[in-house]
Amino acid sequence: MKKRSLLGKAPAAPYLVWSVLFIIAPLLFVAYYAFTDKDGNFTTANFGSLATAEYAEIFLRSACFAFLATVICLVIAYPVAYYISKTQPRTQKILMVLVMLPMWMNFLIRTYSWMAILEDTGLLNTALSYIGLGPYHMINTSGAVILGMVYNFLPYMILPIYTSLSKLDPRLVEASADLGCNSARTLFHVILPLSRSGVISGITMVFVPSISTFYISQKLGGGKFDLIGDTIERQFQTAYNYNLGSAISFVLMILIILSMTVMNRFGEEEGGMVA
Amino acid sequence: MKKANKIYTILIFAFLYAPIAVLILFSFNDSNSTGVFTGFSTQWYEELLNDDATLNALKNTLILAVLSSLIATLIGTAAAVGINKMKNKYIQQSINTVTNIPMMNPDIVTGISMMLLFVFVGGLVNASSNLSFWTVLIAHITFNLPYIILNVLPKLREMDRHLPEAALDLGCTPMQSFFKVELPAIMPGVISGLIMAFTLSLDDFVISYFTVGNGFETLPIRIYSMTKKRVTPDMYALSTFIFVAILVLLLLSNFVGERDRTKKVTKNSKKKAGAGK
Repeated sequence: MKKRSLLGKAPAAPYLVWSVLFIIAPLLFVAYYAFTDKDGNFTTANFGSLATAEYAEIFLRSACFAFLATVICLVIAYPVAYYISKTQPRTQKILMVLVMLPMWMNFLIRTYSWMAILEDTGLLNTALSYIGLGPYHMINTSGAVILGMVYNFLPYMILPIYTSLSKLDPRLVEASADLGCNSARTLFHVILPLSRSGVISGITMVFVPSISTFYISQKLGGGKFDLIGDTIERQFQTAYNYNLGSAISFVLMILIILSMTVMNRFGEEEGGMVA
Repeated sequence: MKKANKIYTILIFAFLYAPIAVLILFSFNDSNSTGVFTGFSTQWYEELLNDDATLNALKNTLILAVLSSLIATLIGTAAAVGINKMKNKYIQQSINTVTNIPMMNPDIVTGISMMLLFVFVGGLVNASSNLSFWTVLIAHITFNLPYIILNVLPKLREMDRHLPEAALDLGCTPMQSFFKVELPAIMPGVISGLIMAFTLSLDDFVISYFTVGNGFETLPIRIYSMTKKRVTPDMYALSTFIFVAILVLLLLSNFVGERDRTKKVTKNSKKKAGAGK
């Protein structure tokens, strides 16, 4: 009997070996490089060299940009997801395909395309000049970088919110209205709490790629706004300081794990209150 | 209120599609500018057909996406079957955590962590070039695996556990029971996992960027090296072509999905009607 149950689990073996070799081992390497110097001796100097005003600014800027992009995405995406979930099932499907379609186009080329729109003599300024406005300086500003993040990751926010809203029982909304709630109260006491899981996964799916991006800041920020991703990329592709690069990655991972834990805790507490 | 909602949604869609429209427009530009439209021409589409490096990168990207998604589907489906049989909640949970790592970690961290592993192993075996097609293939399989497992596991849990038991009782070997009973039941999950893995692999830039060796170029990597200087409109032509191809594919799959669903619904309603009697 025991033999047979072991046999049943055997198909998982290749994956288990794979995940040890290519998921766990690489992360151990990051930790190893982060805590050693070029000759492989143990050191915490890599982290020490991060404790400068320059790196503090980079980490703070990345966190601020990612936070702003996430909040803007949430504010923009929620009404869209809500509207889509209220249309006919057939329209819903088509609209969701349209939301996801841009994601299938290479994000580098779409970001590059924004440069043509935002440039000083670009399409937007040309269009504005026809109605007597501008020109505005938009490219290579922090606003352009945040816009790039919002643009690239907005579908990741719409998708999970839509999924949780489309599962929401419309009778609950009706019940709330019948029991005398106005639409604002219904929104805050019924619809928002019931779509919380979608909101939380949307926040994660936007925040993580935003805080670690390097291409968007290079192209739309003109290299003026170094983010964590830029510094990591530089250590690995041009400076070849794997130890420092690993240390930055290590700190980034810890930052993300911390913010996830805080957010999940927040989600659980709220869940407990509703239940 | 309703009208305002509609206008708002249209505006957001305009935002999502603005750069794509720009890109399609400039693929038909008759100068090589990607900022000023001077006139209509299809010269960049002709140019594209002569751009061997870009076509080669496209071919590499497709090979990589097909291979990595198929291998990940094989390993991942087998893994889901095995994990589903595990009784120990603790082990299941730790496997689950490990599976989530590549999805939760930023791409850049996944990329550099694998690069460090490959460079280390390459140093051990004294390989002249540490990174190659094989390293990027391994990397793609690794980030595809969680999506396969997460698509297949729920289907296995939904499946009636007595079905494979019945197949065994009726004389099937475990292999036959898997291929005739379990696999058909989980097939929708396997397929959607495969499609997800394929598209992720097709679009990946960051992880490939850190794990690919010299002499192997995928399309996103070629685009990246081009955007460092300036992008020629034949890249826009290629993107337009890909956009149209994907649009057609999606419409087709939507159509097929719709047909399947109507079939299922009629079947179910018949079943229910039968049960009612």
